[in-house]
Amino acid sequence: MIQPIPPGTRDVLPDEMRELRALSSSLHASFEKAGYGEVWTPAMEYEDVMRRGDERTAGSGFRLFDDAGRLLVLRSDMTIPIARVVATRFQDAEMPLRLCYFAHSYRAVKSGTGQSREFLQAGVELIGVPGPEGEAEAVSLALEGLSEAGLARHRIGLGDGDLYRSLLANLEVPDEEREDLLGALSRRDLVELEARTERLSISPESRALLTRLPTLRGGIEVLGRANGPVSQAVERLRELYELLAERGVADRVIFDLGLVRELGYYTGPVWEVYDPAVGFMLGGGGRYDDMIGRFGRDLPACGTALDVERVHIAKMAEEKG
Amino acid sequence: MTSGLTIAVPRGALMPGSLDLLDSLGLDTSEVRSNERKLVFPDIGVVTMRPSDGPTYVEHGAADVGITGKDVLLEAPERGVYELLDLGFGRCEMVVAARKGDDVMGESLRRLGRVRVATKYPRIAREHFASTGREADIVEVKGSVEIGPLTGLVDGIVDLTATGKTLIENDLEVREEIVVCTARLIANPVAHKLKAAAIDDLVGRLRK
Repeated sequence: MIQPIPPGTRDVLPDEMRELRALSSSLHASFEKAGYGEVWTPAMEYEDVMRRGDERTAGSGFRLFDDAGRLLVLRSDMTIPIARVVATRFQDAEMPLRLCYFAHSYRAVKSGTGQSREFLQAGVELIGVPGPEGEAEAVSLALEGLSEAGLARHRIGLGDGDLYRSLLANLEVPDEEREDLLGALSRRDLVELEARTERLSISPESRALLTRLPTLRGGIEVLGRANGPVSQAVERLRELYELLAERGVADRVIFDLGLVRELGYYTGPVWEVYDPAVGFMLGGGGRYDDMIGRFGRDLPACGTALDVERVHIAKMAEEKG
Repeated sequence: MTSGLTIAVPRGALMPGSLDLLDSLGLDTSEVRSNERKLVFPDIGVVTMRPSDGPTYVEHGAADVGITGKDVLLEAPERGVYELLDLGFGRCEMVVAARKGDDVMGESLRRLGRVRVATKYPRIAREHFASTGREADIVEVKGSVEIGPLTGLVDGIVDLTATGKTLIENDLEVREEIVVCTARLIANPVAHKLKAAAIDDLVGRLRK
């Protein structure tokens, strides 16, 4: 009789495990070489710790009670636990702090999507370095780590998690409309975004900006096409691009001004990692300057996380051509 | 031409309109039209599939972009695809329909506290009744949903109708309009970035 395992989890057997281990080792060597020390944190956290990091991630995953009846959750990402570690275990440490991790995180998945409930992430967090220098290091380290690990065609999509929200505020779009517009944008339902924009009583120029901005994607030239109320975020991206060019990874950058990451804690530039050989993203990251402060030590920070199994799939897809 | 993009085209009610649209872009779809068995046409970058499978192909990147009905997208909101454009054609309406002449649905609601509804779109149906504060038993069927109320299987149906002809032929009438559905252009999230120029060009020409 076949004993099942929960959907969205898997057993890994030696042939695959050997490749996953080699991939992790290669990424680990890159991170360690760049001065990132590896940390472990518990797979389970108090629910209010995860909630403190991001209200939206807390309720969605796996919850359990311990013997004292306290509510625990399986961590839904590694960034929140690391923010907790930084604020509690590194209270007086000198900055910057460079940490990396190789760990499983857990999330509830919508059925029928083939998503994993348990996934292995390889990530870096750079704490105490403001933008754009911090982003440049966290982005280029991920890109170089992937090159070292044998990927050739990977790219990074760069946007700003705060850009559209501040644009809506700037154009004085009524509060009750903002969440709906942001919701449509995060689903990239551009049809709904356009329909909702048409109903707003704002100038035609503002309306055009709201629908055009999320479609601006491409090389550095797209920054020239975004102007007006978003110039501050655009200038931030331009500075970041220059630093990435100095680090020799600018040719992997695609700007995407409609980029919105699922997690709510990002405060500035955000990014996603892609490979043309596969139709899903390999990882992502961004700047989260408010989060560590919520745990008691106010520090700017940013980081990148890669899904090791997805990187493995992309590597094999690249080899097949 | 679609500059190297692979496009998913549904085999079904939206197929003729989709192919006309591709013709208007300068693609030669005559082989697709003349060949019912063949599903993949690499020369013109077209793959064809059952309509409800379109978003799946696009989500996984087997096609960069696709044409699909809004009804399919509403029924499978977990598909991670971008919705780029309302193509306008293939207009039809998702409705609640019931037998003409009496009010079985009303009576069930009043006396039993809930209504039994057959549909090929369980998600849309469940959502519609929940959002209007009524309890509904949703009976999922794969075909000929119209016979449900006639055989006593259910009190009413939720289905897509373009002309209303099938409903009339089966002695049914529209009781509630849920949502208007048209054909949409969808894109794979990664292709939307990595093939931005080609996709923008396609969207630009389709808007005209």
